[in-house]
Amino acid sequence: MNATTAEQASAPVTEDALRSVLLAGERPSRPGPVLTSLTFGWRALLKIKHVPEQLVDVTMFPIMFTLMFTYLFGGALAGSTQAYLQFLLPGILVQANVMTTMNTGITLNTDIQKGVFDRFRALPVWRPSPLVGALLGDVMRYSIGSAIVITLGLVLGFRPEGGAVGVVLSVALLLVFSFCLSWLWTMLSLILRTPNSVAGVSMMLMFPLTFGSNIFVDPKTMPGWLQAVVEVNPITHLATVVRGLMHGSVPAGEIGWVLVSSVLLVAVFGPITMVLYRNKK
Amino acid sequence: MGKLAIETRGLKKSFGTTHAVAGVDLAVSAGGVYGVLGPNGAGKTTTIRMLATLLRPDAGEAQVLGYDVVRDAQAVRSRVGLTGQFASVDEDLTGVENLLLLARLLGYSRRRGRERATDLLDAFGLAKAADRQVKKYSGGMRRRIDIAASLVVTPELIFLDEPTTGLDPRSRNQVWEIVRGMVAEGATVLLTTQYLDEADQLADRIAVIDHGKVIAEGSSGQLKASVGAGSLHVRLRAPEQRAEAERVLAAALDVPIELSADPAALSARISDPERVARSVAELSRGGIDVTEFALGQPSLDEVFLTLTGHAAEETPEEDAA
Repeated sequence: MNATTAEQASAPVTEDALRSVLLAGERPSRPGPVLTSLTFGWRALLKIKHVPEQLVDVTMFPIMFTLMFTYLFGGALAGSTQAYLQFLLPGILVQANVMTTMNTGITLNTDIQKGVFDRFRALPVWRPSPLVGALLGDVMRYSIGSAIVITLGLVLGFRPEGGAVGVVLSVALLLVFSFCLSWLWTMLSLILRTPNSVAGVSMMLMFPLTFGSNIFVDPKTMPGWLQAVVEVNPITHLATVVRGLMHGSVPAGEIGWVLVSSVLLVAVFGPITMVLYRNKK
Repeated sequence: MGKLAIETRGLKKSFGTTHAVAGVDLAVSAGGVYGVLGPNGAGKTTTIRMLATLLRPDAGEAQVLGYDVVRDAQAVRSRVGLTGQFASVDEDLTGVENLLLLARLLGYSRRRGRERATDLLDAFGLAKAADRQVKKYSGGMRRRIDIAASLVVTPELIFLDEPTTGLDPRSRNQVWEIVRGMVAEGATVLLTTQYLDEADQLADRIAVIDHGKVIAEGSSGQLKASVGAGSLHVRLRAPEQRAEAERVLAAALDVPIELSADPAALSARISDPERVARSVAELSRGGIDVTEFALGQPSLDEVFLTLTGHAAEETPEEDAA
């Protein structure tokens, strides 16, 4: 089918044309780390363009969760679905973003098995740029996911008291945290052998992290030991910040907490990822 | 011999208990094609990956274009091109996107990068497939885009890891033409292959690798000579004269004569080509009519068999690379 039509389209290699491309010995100067990372980010966007199916997780999943929790549990948890939506939506936004970061590891693991990563690693570019570029591409995915959740929320009756500024700030903070958290998954994707095992381990970590937080309910009714766990969970702090910003309060201490944990995530998992990447067989 | 493009001493790499490369010494002079010949699992790919800075050697040293592959890895990377054994372009992207991506990463402006990508696609006969995803390319087209991707900035040295494995004869010839074209423009090409005729056709010098070690090195002529000068094939007009011919040839050549299944044919492994001419004269003096008289160089297959004790195409173990 496609291969045959493609073969017909190919002309034989011409010697003169080959000579002229080989002789055009242009040696442009080496681009800096920002440009190479952005170029790899462009590659990630091209892949979204060519394989749009990969957006299913950032679109369908949050929509499903928002509808399910609002209408199944909302009334029981908060007295009315409308009241619950005000509480839930910022939380769902956190969950959608944090869960989507897992996909980074799965994609990277698939990608690295292929020969193209060898070529990237053999290029004279800043070494982390293929990974940073992939994560930048993912930031685009997170933004799409966030836009969908917020739009759906507004349609269902979510009314953020913090206005547009609060919403934009909270999304910006979420993107920063998600980008930093992704380094945990890049590390995992370099340790584990198959995309399936990356998915399995990521799920095992993500479910307790997102549910064992204040995303869905106020932890007041939980047993004391669980409250203690929820209290130290960074996702709780992130959800508190996003909720605060969206509803018009600026929890400065909590914002600091989130930024510090973001920096820590990169500081710990970034270098480990790079060592693993350098020594990858 | 000019300066050396590649020099390695005692290069080693193990994966667990598998000694994929067990002490490889290479001296590859600049310009021309250097062939690394060996069966699957011999350590060819592992060697090339160390030279292209993708793998860190466990022991030994390697200099590529005068730069150490560990200490000056970036200097090596900016001067070599690598075409791996498996698709080394992004299959989800189109041909032009792949080349533009690499051009941008190598410092071309967006405009110049696009021009360069278009020129390369033209030169490799892929202009019409430029906007098609690479996963829809045929095997031969994919190899060509792989090689084109290694030439975005013309490298001084290019590594081709089994460039024709799995290609049909027509696509294989196109790849050979590309390799010859690159060499004609002064590049050095290091190619690995498990095909003896490919090494014979393309390579100026050949290293034969088996079980992670170089077991022979030289031009294809030298390698062939190392297993004897070749073999003589004689075919007679009259089969009934074969016994007489065998006696004459044995006396003239001083080697054992083999009688083929063909009742009119004889052959012999030659150690001294000087004697061959004399044997022809002896045959005609004895009144024996010869219809065919051929002196053939031994094939690289015979060379491989003699050197390793097993045939080149067999796969003794899983690919350690």
